[in-house]
Amino acid sequence: MKYIVALALGLISGAAVFAAAILYNPFSVDRVLSPLSVSESELIVLNYSAVPADNIIYTNNGESMQNPYPEKVLQLWEAPIRKTNAMATIMRDARNQPAGIGIKIASLSESTDLLRGEAIMDSIWYVYTPRHGSMFIQQTENYLPFVREVAFPAWRSSVNSWRGVWMGNITAGPGALGMAAVSGASGRVKGLELDGVESLSVRAFSVDTGFVSAEGRLLIELPAAGDEMEEGLLP
Amino acid sequence: MPDLAGELTSGGAVLIKTFFVGVLLGIAAAAGALYALPVVDQAREVSITTVAPNGGNVEVFRINIPTDRVMIGPPGQATPVPPGLEWPDIEVFADMRTEMFKVRNTHDVVIGIAIRNAATNENQDVIDWVLHFPARGSVFVNMDAEPQEGGYRIGRVRAGSREFATLNGAMVERWVANTSNEEGASAGHIELMATYVGEPQPPATTEEPAQ
Repeated sequence: MKYIVALALGLISGAAVFAAAILYNPFSVDRVLSPLSVSESELIVLNYSAVPADNIIYTNNGESMQNPYPEKVLQLWEAPIRKTNAMATIMRDARNQPAGIGIKIASLSESTDLLRGEAIMDSIWYVYTPRHGSMFIQQTENYLPFVREVAFPAWRSSVNSWRGVWMGNITAGPGALGMAAVSGASGRVKGLELDGVESLSVRAFSVDTGFVSAEGRLLIELPAAGDEMEEGLLP
Repeated sequence: MPDLAGELTSGGAVLIKTFFVGVLLGIAAAAGALYALPVVDQAREVSITTVAPNGGNVEVFRINIPTDRVMIGPPGQATPVPPGLEWPDIEVFADMRTEMFKVRNTHDVVIGIAIRNAATNENQDVIDWVLHFPARGSVFVNMDAEPQEGGYRIGRVRAGSREFATLNGAMVERWVANTSNEEGASAGHIELMATYVGEPQPPATTEEPAQ
C-alpha cells in the first residue's frame, strides 16, 4: 500500500513540476519591447481601456471571468462562438482625445501550444477613425507571459488579485517580427498593407472579475512617403 | 555528519525510488497528455458552399433582425440595443452607424460574429463588413457606397485571416423582409452572399514542374 501511495505522490509531484516548467519556461522569450518602438516611420497610436465596464459593450459566453457589459447584452453562448469574446470601445489618440471606434473579437486558438510557451488567441480588430479611415487588423496574441506574471500570481494571492505594473506586447504574429497584419480600406489608409502591434499595460487584475485597471494600445506603422511613391500607392 | 543513506532500510530505499519513478512518470504523462490532447477545440459547423457557374465558391450567411443584433450604434434609439447601452455622444462618432450581429449559416445555426460599420468621411460614404468565424478565420469586406438597382449592395473582399487569407472575391448584402404573418416572427434578415476565388498556391511537394 505504501508503495502505491509513494507512486501516486510521485505522479502528482511530477505533474506539478511539469506545470511549473511550462509556466516558468526559461526558453520562452517575453516580448516587452515593440518592434515598432525603433521605427522611424509615422505611427498611428490608438489607446483603449481593457476594463469591460469602461467599454461601450463587452460580451462573451456569460460564464467567463469577465462579466458582459451592459448586463443585458446578448451573450455568445452558441457552441461555435462560446470561446469568443467581443468588445466595442472608444479609441483614443496619443493625446488621449477620442479618435474613433474600435471593435475587437478574440477567440481561443487551436494553435495554442503550451509546450512551446504559446497560449494563443486569434483576434481581429475593426478600427474606424475619421482622421485615418477604416482598418482591419488580424493577429495572433500570446497571453502566456501575462498568465505567468499577472494571472498566476493573482490566483496564488490570498485575496485573488494582483496589483503592480505589467507591460507587454501581446501580438505574436502573423507578420514578420511577430507583428499584426493591418489592411486599410478607406480614408488615408485606403489600399495600404501595414504592420501593427498591440500591447497591454495592467495595474490591477482580479481572478474573480478580470481586468480592474488596464490600458491597451495599438501601434500601426504608416509607410514612409518614399515607400508609398515607390510602391505606387500615392498618385 | 550523519549518514542518512546508510540509515535507510532497504524498504525505505525502495519507497524513495518508487516516489522518484512516480515523479518521472508524472512528468512524462503530463507532457504526453499536453502533446496528444488539444488544449482548445473549437466547435465546427460544416461549411455550406456551392460552386458558382463562373467559378469560385459561394457561401451564404444570414442575420435575423432583430434577434441576432448584439449592438446598434447611433444614439437616440427608441430601444437601445443592448438595453443600457450608452453610445458615446462625441463628435468623432457623429456620422457613424456601427452594428454587431451573430451570423448564421443557411441551416440557421449561429457560426460567427459580424460587424457592419457605415460612416461618412469627407463626403464619402464608407461601408465595411467584418465576419469572424472562430474555427475558420475572418473576412474583411469593403462595400460599394451606392446600392445596385434592386436594393442590394456589392463589396470586395479586402483582407482575410487563416482560411480566408489567400482568398479574393466579392460579397453581396441585401435585406430580405419576412412576409409571413406568424406571431413573433422576425422582421426579416440580412443576407450576405460571399463568393470566394482562391489564388494559385505552391504545391505541397517539391517535385520538379512538368516539362
